[in-house]
Amino acid sequence: MTNVKDQTVIIGAGHNGLVCAAYLARAGKSVTVLEASGQVGGAAITREFAPGFKVSAAAHLLYMLDARVRKELALDSAGLSLAQQDIKTTALALDGNHLQIAGDTLQGANVSDKDRLAMREYRRFMNRFAGIINRLNNRIPPRIGTRDHGDWAGLAKLALNVRMLGKQDMREFLRIAGINIYDVLQENFDDPLLKGALCMDGVLGTNLGPRSNNSVFCALHRFSGLQGLGIPKGGMGAVSDALAVAARQHGAVIRLAAPVARILLDGARVAGVELEGGEQIAAHTVISSADPATTFLGLLGARNLEAGFARKVQNIRMRGNAAKLHLALDGAPEFKGLNQDQLGNRLLIAPDMGYVDHAFNHSKYGEYSVRPVAEITIPSLHDDSLAPPGKHVLSAVVQYAPYQLKTGWSDHKTAFTDLVIDTLAAYAPRIRSQVLHRELLTPVDIESEFRIKGGHWHHGELALDQFLMLRPVPHAAQYASPVDGLFLCGAGSHPGGGVMGSAGRNAAHAVLGKKAEDQQP
Amino acid sequence: MSQSSSKPVQAIDFSTKTHYLTKVFQSPFHVRQEPLNHLQEWGRWADYLSPHAYTCSAMEYFACRNACTVFDLTPMSKYHVSGKDALPFLNRLVTRDVSKIKTGRVGYTVWCADDGQVIDDGTIFHLGEDDYRLCSQERHLDWLLTNTLGFDVRVSEETHAVAALALQGPTSCATLRKMGLDGVGDMKLFDIRHFPFADTQLMVSRTGFTGDLGYELWIDPAHAVELWDRLFEAGALLGIQAMGDVALQMLRVEAGFIQARHEFMPAHTTVRTGHTRSPFELGLGWLVDFGKPVFNGRRALLAQQQHGHRYNLVKLDIDGNKPARDSYVFGLNKKKIGTVTSATWSPSAKASIALATLEVPHGAPGEELLVEIFYQKELKWNRVMARARVVTEVFYDPPRKRLTPPADF
Repeated sequence: MTNVKDQTVIIGAGHNGLVCAAYLARAGKSVTVLEASGQVGGAAITREFAPGFKVSAAAHLLYMLDARVRKELALDSAGLSLAQQDIKTTALALDGNHLQIAGDTLQGANVSDKDRLAMREYRRFMNRFAGIINRLNNRIPPRIGTRDHGDWAGLAKLALNVRMLGKQDMREFLRIAGINIYDVLQENFDDPLLKGALCMDGVLGTNLGPRSNNSVFCALHRFSGLQGLGIPKGGMGAVSDALAVAARQHGAVIRLAAPVARILLDGARVAGVELEGGEQIAAHTVISSADPATTFLGLLGARNLEAGFARKVQNIRMRGNAAKLHLALDGAPEFKGLNQDQLGNRLLIAPDMGYVDHAFNHSKYGEYSVRPVAEITIPSLHDDSLAPPGKHVLSAVVQYAPYQLKTGWSDHKTAFTDLVIDTLAAYAPRIRSQVLHRELLTPVDIESEFRIKGGHWHHGELALDQFLMLRPVPHAAQYASPVDGLFLCGAGSHPGGGVMGSAGRNAAHAVLGKKAEDQQP
Repeated sequence: MSQSSSKPVQAIDFSTKTHYLTKVFQSPFHVRQEPLNHLQEWGRWADYLSPHAYTCSAMEYFACRNACTVFDLTPMSKYHVSGKDALPFLNRLVTRDVSKIKTGRVGYTVWCADDGQVIDDGTIFHLGEDDYRLCSQERHLDWLLTNTLGFDVRVSEETHAVAALALQGPTSCATLRKMGLDGVGDMKLFDIRHFPFADTQLMVSRTGFTGDLGYELWIDPAHAVELWDRLFEAGALLGIQAMGDVALQMLRVEAGFIQARHEFMPAHTTVRTGHTRSPFELGLGWLVDFGKPVFNGRRALLAQQQHGHRYNLVKLDIDGNKPARDSYVFGLNKKKIGTVTSATWSPSAKASIALATLEVPHGAPGEELLVEIFYQKELKWNRVMARARVVTEVFYDPPRKRLTPPADF
């Protein structure tokens, strides 16, 4: 092996780990990525859940992939392509009078002209505000309380971007950024089905209800990719495969089935990692794409950190509340009032905001929703490689399913799965008889399968107090950790998860000591 | 990851307590202190009543320097730290290398928050294998429990479960000998030893806060009164006196000891930024061991070592005889450069002495300064700008403090 001084180890071949590996390898570093499972991608994978049926195991829609990552790593020539882009949304109604949302255009239901106009205005300002967040996504967060010119410039630029919104929009941005989406939608719209569908943008994948603060922020974060919803050809795993191709092309080595047991120290700095089998790999730089709790409290150990920092890591809010349902279907499902074209849309079960809020209420008290909300896709309609001919797969994000279920999940998973299928059956009555196989991943399953503590998609709640220079915690928010040579590059770091790759890209720049925003595509 | 476990506050029998009426505990020695406290002058030390002075603080001071005095230490915070990871836990908690404190020994230490600011100073008693007691002026259970994450260690508060007295002064050893503690004279400074006492054990440590020969005595509160009585019986002809906090303040300033809320604000109870102090700023750099790969405050203190600290804590020898309490300190050019943190007239050194915080770069040994002293004479206020010098030696440091075995007086 070459000199330890040049060795970089990346823990986890999730999309952020791969992005980070590709950038560092491109910059001439000797990079080894260690992945616990047998395939690359982390939670961005496609896997067979029943013979012949494949599905994106966690994230199933691509809408935030960092445009710079896509271009700089030439992912399109590395095999990334979309089976479908700009997927429309259909808000399902029990009576079959559904509402279709495409950008700011509304179709169906009995939406008033007033709501149609309001939708245009809503999309206008939400996209504008999301633009502010978009500009933050591609940079290493500035630190507060330093005298560093770069930090001050970063903060000044943020202030300037907000000010440049103009007086009226700036006021509105500052007013709504921290509040709840329920109130904002209530102010703007009349139609319950429309509001139910839109509030899902603020709560999907989070531990929030529509009335929770930060739900507007989550919606803005969701829009901050400034792109439509896409379904990658071959499922989400295809994105990771393309990233792995790019990383390997630049010289990174990816080792599968190589779970890291702990991070090794030499005095106050990292010395490498030890695998679960006992093999030790020396490295001068260790970059973890695992979540911050796993990285610091698990792999490194709280005793190797100062106590105040360890406490902050322990207090990160990172309990998942979203489950993932996969169904292998004997034919395309039939939803009342939905034609074949619309079936390929993103389908929402969120008939009104009160329904969503009720669904959330259960989870606050450690129970799963009796009437859950769901975001459904049928990716096999767009990509016939996912299911045998004539058959289909259904992929749904189902909420709310709390990580800490009062009764524990082991005896209640079947009941919840039945309940979710019953909920689907209210809209697609024949679906029960079409189900050939089914799989439900609760946050506890997500935790164990993808090694994400708490089973939260984003490795930590997305909230204003866990964003930018506060993500995951101060003193680790610039990707460097308090331990010399140890960096973070996962979704737990700014700007969060959602198959963006921005955290991995920013982290690579931090390791290289460069500004991320200077690398214009 | 290793298991973390911690025991909550030890069960206390509250049935005999009246603290809910008075909002303050009485020490187990209270029944003996109360009749001696002629002026009924009590202060509060954490949850406890603590006497300011019994009759005359000056007499108590002289008793300590010339005979021996008993000071009630029960209100001091006492934490029991035990378990497989007790040593690594303490080593991560405090700045010094705890592995150098051997079994049966006591070590002085300081501990910091992550930002390198002092939370408190205190003593670590190495009682046995994986068995320690941490003592300090302030309460820290919450912080200690926070620190248990990742360690196989038990931390419990034993403030109320251990009664303690400080017996200090030149006749303290003779008093203990007279009480029948065989071999107490062989104890070196910072030694711990256990002696049979009634049906329990009396723990004795050769430690103190007066800079004199002295011991601290630790016992089950059920035997507290008996200990007090036997001490006073043994010390009757050796000049034993009960002593309060006013005299102790004079003694500890003479000894050059710092104290929380005088020389520094405990970091966790300080609201305003910049009002806390690092170990370097308290003259405790010698307690910071960067050879340890991790301890709370290490990164911040390394940065401070590199970029410099803000203040120096110094001892001042001040002209005149007026105590420089709460005084500003000026350079000879009359520019304000610091404040006095503790000051007293020292009867033993025959000097007006003080501890003071000076802005860097001031505080070099021998530096001449001015101290602004306000004092009253029969209701008339006077102000003097007294000359003062930075000194390095402790104001009063009798050889008997370290002498083993100590003389009878």
